[in-house]
Amino acid sequence: MKDIPEKYIEGNARIPSGCAISGFFSKKGNRVSGDKIVQSISYMHDRSNGLGGGFAGYGIYPEYKDQYALHVFYNDMRAREKTEQFLNEHFDIVNLSRIPTRKHKNIVNEPLIWRYFVSPLPTKLASSQLEEQEFVVKCVININIGIDGAYVFSSGKNMGVFKAVGYPEDVGEFYRLDEYKGHAWTAHGRYPTNTPGWWGGAHPFSLLDYTIVHNGEISSYDANRRYIESYGYKCTLLTDTEVITYIIDFLNRKKGLSLEDTARVIAPPFWQQIEALPDPERERLTDLRKAFSSLLITGPFSIILGFKDGIMALNDRLKLRSMVVAEKDDVLFVASEECAIKAICSNPDRIWSPGGGEPVFATLEK
Amino acid sequence: MAINYLQPDYEVVRNNDRCIRCRVCERQCANEVHFFDEKRNQMLADETKCVNCHRCVTLCPTRALKIVKTDHCFKPSANYTESIIKDIYAQADTGGVLLSSMGTPKEYPVYWDKMLINASQVTNPSIDPLREPMETRTYLGKKCEDVSYDKTGKLMIRHYPGLQLETPIMFSAMSYGSISKNAHECLARAAEELGIYYNTGEGGLNEDFYKYGKNTIVQVASGRFGVHERYLNAGAAIEIKIGQGAKPGIGGHLPGAKIGADVAKTRMIPEGSDAISPAPHHDIYSIEDLRQLVFSLKEATDYKKPVIVKIAAVHNIAAIASGIARSGADIIAIDGFRGGTGAAPTRIRDNVGIPIELALASVDERLREEGIRSNVSVVAGGSVRSSADVVKAIALGADAVYIATPALLALGCHLCRSCHTGKCNWGIATQKPELYKRLNPEIGYKRLVNLVTAWTHEIKEMMGGMGINSIEALRGNRLMLRGIGLTQKELDILGIKHAGE
Amino acid sequence: MKKVHVNEDKCLGCRLCEYWCAFSHSGEKYMPDAFNLQKPPVPRIVVEENDKITFAVACRHCDDAICVKSCISGALSKQADGTVLVDESKCVGCHTCVLVCPFGAIRMDEGKAVKKCDLCLKTGGVPSCVQHCPNRAIVYEER
Repeated sequence: MKDIPEKYIEGNARIPSGCAISGFFSKKGNRVSGDKIVQSISYMHDRSNGLGGGFAGYGIYPEYKDQYALHVFYNDMRAREKTEQFLNEHFDIVNLSRIPTRKHKNIVNEPLIWRYFVSPLPTKLASSQLEEQEFVVKCVININIGIDGAYVFSSGKNMGVFKAVGYPEDVGEFYRLDEYKGHAWTAHGRYPTNTPGWWGGAHPFSLLDYTIVHNGEISSYDANRRYIESYGYKCTLLTDTEVITYIIDFLNRKKGLSLEDTARVIAPPFWQQIEALPDPERERLTDLRKAFSSLLITGPFSIILGFKDGIMALNDRLKLRSMVVAEKDDVLFVASEECAIKAICSNPDRIWSPGGGEPVFATLEK
Repeated sequence: MAINYLQPDYEVVRNNDRCIRCRVCERQCANEVHFFDEKRNQMLADETKCVNCHRCVTLCPTRALKIVKTDHCFKPSANYTESIIKDIYAQADTGGVLLSSMGTPKEYPVYWDKMLINASQVTNPSIDPLREPMETRTYLGKKCEDVSYDKTGKLMIRHYPGLQLETPIMFSAMSYGSISKNAHECLARAAEELGIYYNTGEGGLNEDFYKYGKNTIVQVASGRFGVHERYLNAGAAIEIKIGQGAKPGIGGHLPGAKIGADVAKTRMIPEGSDAISPAPHHDIYSIEDLRQLVFSLKEATDYKKPVIVKIAAVHNIAAIASGIARSGADIIAIDGFRGGTGAAPTRIRDNVGIPIELALASVDERLREEGIRSNVSVVAGGSVRSSADVVKAIALGADAVYIATPALLALGCHLCRSCHTGKCNWGIATQKPELYKRLNPEIGYKRLVNLVTAWTHEIKEMMGGMGINSIEALRGNRLMLRGIGLTQKELDILGIKHAGE
Repeated sequence: MKKVHVNEDKCLGCRLCEYWCAFSHSGEKYMPDAFNLQKPPVPRIVVEENDKITFAVACRHCDDAICVKSCISGALSKQADGTVLVDESKCVGCHTCVLVCPFGAIRMDEGKAVKKCDLCLKTGGVPSCVQHCPNRAIVYEER
């Protein structure tokens, strides 16, 4: 991190990157160890270049499922002290610890990595006049923008993000993912086109329960960014993943749009296709495209969105990035390449390549 | 007779070996420059009358003619230039305000030409518009962002009145009176075929053109010429014209000579009387008055038509636009100071207002900062000269552009900047039947369709190069632009980086 | 059959049709030569003018062509395709056709055979007057 000029770090420059993504979801909520996702992503080693890898696991903190789990990078103790002071002022900290890691020869320059299970202080929450999740978001943004050297990279409930600079399989070992069990895992291996070295710049990007792993480079970036920023978001990393996460948060959490319709806004059918549809579908899609036209995303992308109790896989509408989906019993698998699925599920019931703009969902069975 | 201080600007050069004395030049020049001299058996020219419109040059079957700038000169001075000296002579002659037409010819920076467009290489694919869908459809108007689902799960989105454009280009306001009926017919028919809109300007709508209503924007200006309930309901949208880029802060003056029977009827004023629109709307002295007019017009049209407010780009444009965005207007049209006009006082045209690029950038940014960008669409006009200008305008933040001068050029205008004389040899800016019949709507409308079709192809090519396949992903996408040769202040206002950054 | 028609509301009276017609039948390659090196050739289309109305007049190639009937030498004849043409080698210059044509579409050419519109069939394609009308007032079409 010290070796590269500050101006090339996420937030100061826009960094295009190619990537590998993988994920799976057990609809029955069966929890499996994190080494399985590490195994899957490792098969796409050549799709990343050692400059970023990360994972998101859902259902990993059942003992603290009612608290927000904050994962934080600190550059130094001073940043930690300031952040903990801030956290103490706004939250009831139920538990705090360093996130356990294991030394790895390929993972270097590690920051201080801490984890807090917190609940908003009722008095603070009431005086903020914000809804609870919005309060948490505001606090996370305050830390990330306001406290130098501190970066909250995970803030959901009963889930967590683990990421670092390095190849994803090394990152998985470093974070001892084999010691966690979750009903859903997603993974990301990064291939940025320059040489950033900041851990916060690795993926998944997350906000509350949303996590995004993304492969692509969106050409609509600045149109999306400028729109979303006018609604109070601040794109500090200048990455696609960040803006996509905010778009989903805005449409799904703030505007109350279903994730199916959110996918229709991000990757809508072409007008030609919309016009060929019968009403009311035609009218619905027209309304959605008109209402949120600045949130349409162009350029190649494949994403896996993790959210509370589900995942969604989505390709750009021209399907300019590879993405394969498979099913085996109650588990949905998604990956950039088929090999990453076959690595952990040798004989799926069904395997297919979803069309551009066609979201694929898996949610917990009630 | 007093001394004439003003010498002609141009010389008519005739190649007598080529001239066949067909006298087309003579018959086609409404300024009566050319005449036949029997004694010499040759054509001669009175250059004092020439406006350099090229009608004679274009129609001469043997290409015997050319118009050149005279090399007759004043003692050179970078300060007292020829045009300044001549303007002074003209004013000393007449005691009057100098009049001009079309956009300013002065050398102000053209920011379009100082911005470069991006393209994809390696990390993201460019898209071939010949193989993949490339969408330029644009909706103008307020956007509803509050969504909900009813009990059956049906998506509920409120519909606001708006305009649907197949390509983000519209023909901006040019009144019937300032331009001919045939010119209007060309614009109306082209708009219909292209799936876009033309704008009546402030002179009302001729009865013959009500049938193009669904592609018509009807304008309400300070003179309220030709405004009545049927007119308001005839178009797809209503535009309140507050100002015009070429002449911010002043009204208009259509001389009585241009007010023939039909123009008079359309404008609802007596034949031959001057049509003078006041500088301000006398019912709008403040932003709250504008809100009242916006809602009066909405009442009159049963809230079915979007209301556009058109303003000239002036110094405080961002704050003014912000006020308009909260006034109930659905669309803001901003007209830059390099925009054209049928007639404007020269000093105002050449010195008042600001460039559209800077105005557009600051308005878009301000509306976003205030979180009200979705309340209104923004249309930029006033010297959008090519498809590249359109792409840059949209990347800066415009929803669509207004073009007028390029439309007139397509119809044959040669930018002689003499519209105010009413003797347009191309049949565009004239009400003389023998002149406006020169503009055959059948030919003219097709040329407009060609122009906009060609631009749209080019826009698609540029979008594809950027890896963008839908125009909304280009809108406000300023990362797709880089400045070249601009100061940091200019870059900051435009909200773009410098090339190489 | 396709004929030359004139829309008078579009005709500007510029007379370019006359000059292009004359030139295209002159045999010259360079337009100025057709007019400047010799006596100007006679056009087969003429612009009639009266106050503000102008329109070009050319042969209608009438179905029941009175000029053909009146021709004493058999120079004028109705072709199978409907065009009325003059065989210049047979014309004796009696000018009866000029007198009888109700449209004034046949022109005298001093000392030579009469001239009338031949729809530029020899040069092929679209008649020269149609091609060069700046306002598409002259059209070549079936009606």
